[in-house]
Amino acid sequence: MATAVCNAAPIPARGTAERAQLVDLLRVKAKLSRRETVRLTRIAGAGHYTSTFSAAELFAAIYYARLRYSPSDPDWLDRDRFILSKGHAAIGLYPLLADVGFFDPIELDDYTRLGSMFGDHPDMRKIPGIDFSSGSLGHGLSIGLGMALAARISGRAYRTYCMLGDGELGEGQVWEAVMAAGQFRVGRLIAIIDRNQLSIDGPTEELMGVEPIEDKFEAFRWRVNRIDGHDLDAILDAFTDLDDNADALPQLIVADTVKGRGVRRMELDKNWHVGNLVGEDYDDVMAEIDGGLQPLLAEVGK
Amino acid sequence: MTETTQGARPSSDSQEISEVFRGSADGSTKLKPKGTVKGIEAASIPAFVAGEELADLGDHDQRIVVLTADLAGASRTADFQARHPARFFNLGIAEQNMMSVAAGLASTGLRPYVSTFAAYAGLLCCEQIRTDLAYPGMPVGILAHHSGMSLGYYGTSHHSLEDLSVTRAIAGLTVVSVADANQLRAILRASLSLTGPIYIRLGRGRDPEVYPEVPADFAFGRAIRLAEGSDLTLITHGAEVRPCLDAAEALGRDGIGVRVVDMHTISDIDATEVFAAAKETGAILTVEEHNITGGMGSAVAETLLEAGVMTRFLRAGVPDEHVLLGPPAGLYAHYELDAAGVEARARRFLSA
Repeated sequence: MATAVCNAAPIPARGTAERAQLVDLLRVKAKLSRRETVRLTRIAGAGHYTSTFSAAELFAAIYYARLRYSPSDPDWLDRDRFILSKGHAAIGLYPLLADVGFFDPIELDDYTRLGSMFGDHPDMRKIPGIDFSSGSLGHGLSIGLGMALAARISGRAYRTYCMLGDGELGEGQVWEAVMAAGQFRVGRLIAIIDRNQLSIDGPTEELMGVEPIEDKFEAFRWRVNRIDGHDLDAILDAFTDLDDNADALPQLIVADTVKGRGVRRMELDKNWHVGNLVGEDYDDVMAEIDGGLQPLLAEVGK
Repeated sequence: MTETTQGARPSSDSQEISEVFRGSADGSTKLKPKGTVKGIEAASIPAFVAGEELADLGDHDQRIVVLTADLAGASRTADFQARHPARFFNLGIAEQNMMSVAAGLASTGLRPYVSTFAAYAGLLCCEQIRTDLAYPGMPVGILAHHSGMSLGYYGTSHHSLEDLSVTRAIAGLTVVSVADANQLRAILRASLSLTGPIYIRLGRGRDPEVYPEVPADFAFGRAIRLAEGSDLTLITHGAEVRPCLDAAEALGRDGIGVRVVDMHTISDIDATEVFAAAKETGAILTVEEHNITGGMGSAVAETLLEAGVMTRFLRAGVPDEHVLLGPPAGLYAHYELDAAGVEARARRFLSA
């Protein structure tokens, strides 16, 4: 039986009707991720809204335009791998995994309940479509490096994508992996940093500065691209721009994002790292998400 | 402190330590640097056969991958590298990265074996082992070499006298302690059928022979009775098996019958063998190169007490302290973990 592969076709060029259609689709899927994050958080009683909202466009572009996988065959050996190293954003990924067909969306209603498949951090042994369990920050890129080296040994052509948070760059193991990936020249290892500007206690640059990210990675022998992580066209262009040579430099996409993007009361507000919306607030936020991304409050003046 | 070097351990401790990082003393390995050290006897690192055994297994099993963190010589994993260079990765001095890289490799169906000093495998990397190997059930073999205080005067930073306590608390992790080269071969072969990770605690590579040939019936969780006696049972593992056997022999000459049990699997204590020891010999002395807190001795005590089995019982090991500075033989003598020390402690225990 031939494996039905998602995203096997190349990303359509910018300016074409197909591209515009794709971007429209991704916009809908990013809304789905945000809406479900709000809904599932209410089930749990608390959740990571803002870390998920910053990654919503990235999740949509990865799963509906780039990653090659097969929902009917989650363990397909030649699939591309995706590791959510910032595992606390899994609440925004689960709904997309359900939507593409890895499992029945009704399963999501058990989110975080006793015995559920779905915890705050993803478990690969429970959830079809999760390529590796995560949650302990700093581990994911090393695991991705292992997957990329495995492809080299096994003669497989898959790519390995790993999404990290910006605050996560404080973990020393990240830099061990960055150094090793540069040494081994694993071109099919692609790191994506959700540069949403805040970690739990405040802005990264006040707390523990991570910039200049490009200079750091380039010094470690990586190829770096930096984009607006909420601009779907820019994300798609960055994917198209990736060097597919297995022996190329490892590649980083720094996605400049806004923690809490899409819900104005949460934008860049550290107090929303973990929260729970109820009552009118819940309905207001759902309506706001449905309205799509609006200009940042910071841009239009508070 | 007694400066004795009697017992089965080689006496040239300083020389042994100095050659740790070269790792090649038998002259057969390609890694041997130019300008060799004089006075090192051929084949004086008999127990470090992991690289060679894995290379043999790797001839037929393409899934086997070997990793080290700048210790290819010290662990003799270079023997694997020489034969299977495409399936060998030296990750440099970055042990935590190595553990998680192994997890990624294993997730694709490969069978990685990682190697580093036990101090870094079991202690520095315990979270990576828990989270990336044991929790998702990745079949990775961890070669934790130079365990215990076998690195002598390198000091506490290089000792692992806590690793069994840490690793045996990790669900889904098989923890074994290796007595000699032949047992290591058996364990490596058996490890290929495990579905999860295994922590393989190795000595310093000079461990004297216990098993004259590769045990054909090795099974995880099934202890091996190596000597029989009815007055006392020494339950031991790893580098202490040989000293215990020698002590048992000495005690036997005085009419004290000592049973010796190799409790190699720490994560799955062989309760049947423990109960038999209590019932049939009436006294158990556990002997291990580990802090007495939380190691195999503790596991045996838990096994006995929870079953309501009462017996005379004592744990021998390193007391709850950071050990003295000194060469390995001096340390083993000081802490009564050489044959003479085990014998002396056994006599005191039985006469108390």
